[in-house]
Amino acid sequence: MKPKKKINPKIFGRILSSLYHYYPVRVPVTFLCILFSSVIATIPSIFIQKIIAVIEKWQPTKDWANAGKEIFPLIMILIALYVLSIIATVVYTQMMATITQGYLCKLRNSMFNGMQKLPIRYFDTNKHGDIMSHYTNDTDTLREMVSQSFPALIRSIAIIVGVLFIMLYYSVWMTLVLILGVIAMFFVSGKVGGGSARFFMRQQQSIGKEEGFIQEMMNGQKVVKVFHHEEQCENDFNALNDALFEDSFKAHAYANILGPIIGNIGNIIYVLIAVVGGLFLVLNTPNLSLSGMAFSISILVPFLNMTKQFTGNINQATQQINAIVMGLAGAERVFALMDEVAETDEGYVTLVNVEVAADGTLTETDRHTGKWAWKHPHQDGHLTYTPLQGEVHMNQVDFAYEEGKTVLHDVSVHAMPGQKIAFVGATGAGKTTITNLLNRFYDIADGKIRYDGININKIKKADLRRSMGIVLQETNLFTGTVMENIRYGNLNATDEECKNAAKLAGADDFITRLPEGYNTMLSGNGSNLSQGQRQLLAIARAAVADPPVMIMDEATSSIDTRTEAIVQRGMDKLMEGRTVFVIAHRLSTVMNSDVIMVLDHGHVIEQGSHDELIAKKGTYYQLYTGAFELE
Amino acid sequence: MLKKLAGYVQEYKLPTVLTLLFITGEAVIETIIPFMTANLVNEIKGGADMSNIIRVGLILVVMAFASLACGGLAGFTSAKASAGFAKNLRKNMFHKIQGYSFENIDKFSSSSLVTRMTTDVTNVQMSFMMMIRIAIRSPLMLIFSVIMAFYMGGSLAISFVIVIPVLAFGLIMVTKFAMPAFHRVFKKYDRLNESIEENVRAMRVVKGFSREEYEKEKFGKASENIRKDFTKAEKIVALNNPLMNICLNFNMVFVMWVGSKIAIESAGTVLDVGQLSAMLTYGMQVLMSLMMLSMIFVMLTLSAESARRICEVLDEESSLKEKEAPLTKVADGSIDFENVNFKYSAKAEKNALSDINLHIHSGMTVGVIGGTGSGKSSLVQLIPRLYDVTEGVIRVGGINVKEYELSSLRDAVAMVLQKNLLFSGTIKENLRWGNENATDEELEDACRLAQADEFINTFPEGYDTKIEQGGTNVSGGQKQRLCIARALLKKPKILILDDSTSAVDTKTDAKIRAGFEAYIPDTTKIIIAQRITSVMHADLIIIMENGRISAAGKHEELLMSSEIYKEIYEQQTKGGTENEA
Repeated sequence: MKPKKKINPKIFGRILSSLYHYYPVRVPVTFLCILFSSVIATIPSIFIQKIIAVIEKWQPTKDWANAGKEIFPLIMILIALYVLSIIATVVYTQMMATITQGYLCKLRNSMFNGMQKLPIRYFDTNKHGDIMSHYTNDTDTLREMVSQSFPALIRSIAIIVGVLFIMLYYSVWMTLVLILGVIAMFFVSGKVGGGSARFFMRQQQSIGKEEGFIQEMMNGQKVVKVFHHEEQCENDFNALNDALFEDSFKAHAYANILGPIIGNIGNIIYVLIAVVGGLFLVLNTPNLSLSGMAFSISILVPFLNMTKQFTGNINQATQQINAIVMGLAGAERVFALMDEVAETDEGYVTLVNVEVAADGTLTETDRHTGKWAWKHPHQDGHLTYTPLQGEVHMNQVDFAYEEGKTVLHDVSVHAMPGQKIAFVGATGAGKTTITNLLNRFYDIADGKIRYDGININKIKKADLRRSMGIVLQETNLFTGTVMENIRYGNLNATDEECKNAAKLAGADDFITRLPEGYNTMLSGNGSNLSQGQRQLLAIARAAVADPPVMIMDEATSSIDTRTEAIVQRGMDKLMEGRTVFVIAHRLSTVMNSDVIMVLDHGHVIEQGSHDELIAKKGTYYQLYTGAFELE
Repeated sequence: MLKKLAGYVQEYKLPTVLTLLFITGEAVIETIIPFMTANLVNEIKGGADMSNIIRVGLILVVMAFASLACGGLAGFTSAKASAGFAKNLRKNMFHKIQGYSFENIDKFSSSSLVTRMTTDVTNVQMSFMMMIRIAIRSPLMLIFSVIMAFYMGGSLAISFVIVIPVLAFGLIMVTKFAMPAFHRVFKKYDRLNESIEENVRAMRVVKGFSREEYEKEKFGKASENIRKDFTKAEKIVALNNPLMNICLNFNMVFVMWVGSKIAIESAGTVLDVGQLSAMLTYGMQVLMSLMMLSMIFVMLTLSAESARRICEVLDEESSLKEKEAPLTKVADGSIDFENVNFKYSAKAEKNALSDINLHIHSGMTVGVIGGTGSGKSSLVQLIPRLYDVTEGVIRVGGINVKEYELSSLRDAVAMVLQKNLLFSGTIKENLRWGNENATDEELEDACRLAQADEFINTFPEGYDTKIEQGGTNVSGGQKQRLCIARALLKKPKILILDDSTSAVDTKTDAKIRAGFEAYIPDTTKIIIAQRITSVMHADLIIIMENGRISAAGKHEELLMSSEIYKEIYEQQTKGGTENEA
């Protein structure tokens, strides 16, 4: 089958060089063993030729005693070669298992480790399903290629070359006949293979369409039922399903026919060789060969066997090409993920534990003191320590996710340590964007953000983020126990500290009522909890990190107002002494903020305390009285 | 399980049977070809005249074409049979799922249903094709080759008696040890992929807490663990290859040694050079067939998991049973709950609803309010039989809901679900879900009532505006209003809004409710809401707590009698009313 896509030789080279890099001994040894065993696979032809010559010689006299003496050493050498070949086969197949799995493991790890360094933008702009397919589909095709196609291809090529040499050794004319046949074989298989590839592409498209439809209907199954729309859905589905059947049928039919075609062209070549060989014998045509041997039956028989071997291996090799094309395409995507540009971090200000002396001077320490400071190395070499307080100052910030589409215009916010700042506005007004900028998930285009007086661009990202607790609307929990999920916020936290954080967040109550309390296993993103319970857990997780700054992006949106009122006291306590940025749909959540910023299309249109804004009777007032739709 | 699945071959039985026939033909011819070539070789060796050589050669060419025809036709019919089989499986699964109750749907996640209908079906399709092609062909080839070998080679064929059991035993042992290892490792592999997905989804959390190193370490361990297991399993399977070589090589040596002895001692009468080389071909064919069989076996066992998952969908019995002779007419919109208890699954410990007694007259407006998990949605889902009560009776129009034909009942009860969903297609197409034959005028009326008309008209393409999959191109509030309009088009006797105006501003919300009062006075309206303003004017307000009705009555009554209601009211209106005044 002819590859439809161009093979990128660079990818091929990259796989080989990385394989060699990981296994500098095993890879060459494996390669040599494959070569050795394939060469030996071609050798019996020579022995057959010799043995048949012996048979011809002694057959008229039926003298087995003498013939045996001549055959015995041949057989012995053959056995010896076979033993070596089997050893080589054992060595390379066992090594291949190690190499393949080791290579895949290394690829997986470098993909995953590289992925951890990618900017949030990557995850926002790529579908999660697409990212996942690097780890599943693409890795699977690579595995197939490395573990099976590579060795099979090397083996087939080695055998083809080896057989070709032996054939030329015996007879050039006959070899030419064979090659003509093989060219015909390529021609036909190219035609059929092309048709197969075309329909396989169409099949993929049909599958994609049908899968999209199924996905939509499965998600909307309850709506379908409520409107008892089942029949119409089935009709639409059946139309798609029939189309898929047609394409799938044709694609496989072409692919299935290819095997018999190649196989039987092989048979025909075989006959052709036999007839031509017979003609040579009968007509006593002078032979042209590397060995200078005259043409005889003892050459023809092994030659026929070699014809089988030759066409068989060509068949094998062509079958591998498809797998290799697919594998290379998979490898290209895997490498693309590994080559994604990592998040840059030129920050050099770090967060360290300090001890505070009586006079207020700060000394760095390894001990866990609970007191933190920014360690700021200056250009002239001296170090300063600034206490971590949580003052955030955004100054005339502009930002665009895509060039030309500015979503924040000239936004300035000044949060003093311990203040609660709220953002209110319609979807797309830029509330979440502001929080994305604070912890540098995205970098600002223009303006400055200072954290405790330090430009956040100078702060190491990991330390910056460590100092800010973040609770998002969409709660993501990890497979593990409730306790482990809370501890995610601070890996050093004791059980006691985790429980206290849960109490603070108002989560303790429902956790203790779970079947196994804090040791209850959560799976599938905590699907066994309600959305509200998950949000409470996320708050507890942020609380245990004990950060000076907290960002709550619709963190209580799924907790009903009554429960919210109950957890409010805990929340107030949690927010005490921290700088808190709150984004909420529900105005009752933000009412008690020190400053409320009303955003509209990336502009701050109003700002002030609740009372001030109500008195102003502007947008906030309208929102508050329900005259406006918040969406 | 296989038998059950085989039932879905249905109209593709003919191509399946034809495949088997063609494959048999191909196998027969393929085993005869070496026999004929042996003759050819002997003719040549014997120095016979050219005409004999050409005659045998022609026979061989004809056989090659016959084999090509059989193989090609088998390829064609097997593709048709397997693609058809897959088509039927998908069709029946989809049909089955359409008949599921909500309880059945809750059991399977939607993503798992998608996988079952796509990946799993494709796996089974491939296995089916392999099975009817190779699983038949291999044993046939094996048997025919052995027969031909004995017929032609006589005592030389003894080598098979030694080699076949050895190889078969070896293959069985390898498979026996490798299969469980692979099963284990595939499970782990799935879990690893799940955890990657978890990581990708939670990337903001990971980065927010600077847990990249921690995640790397966690992943590295799991990944290494899989590498070890996988390597072990692959190493076992890797033994197949040398095992096969040993057998082939043994056969080769045996045939050459013993064969040449026989050929010489009998002067070519019992066995000649041609047969000798044919014996080598048969040896190859026999051993390859065995190898193929073991491969097929592995593939089938691996796809058995897919088959099982498909059967699960097909075997799932809808938990909703319809009466033999159901009623098709719903008299009016009155609703009665009598001593209703309900739990989502028989296994659930706690009731989702307990001791519900309610009497709602036709045309009433009923508000339902309560905390998350208090049972509001559960309560209304029982009315159109999205779930069945565990104990007690629900009557609509004075008759037990179980007496109605499901479609008639659901036609009479329109429900706007909490999780609103629009489908890809135009606004018009989406609205027509409510009533396929609705005129444009009716569509506009419904939209006016749902306060959707105004914003639809601001779209350049109006009612023909395309809705993206999942309705991502309209705002939440707009989506909710479209869903209400869609439900209104059914002209229902009972209209249920399950928190369906949460994203709509209070003024529009009030307008919608006022419209209901004015234009559909006879329809019973049940409104679930978080906002107290959405329910306070209702004829009856129900307060749910922990799956029970905590209080019910009118606004003024409840302010006096229900602590919870009073609390919610004060909390939501605190400050607001002062400022509004």
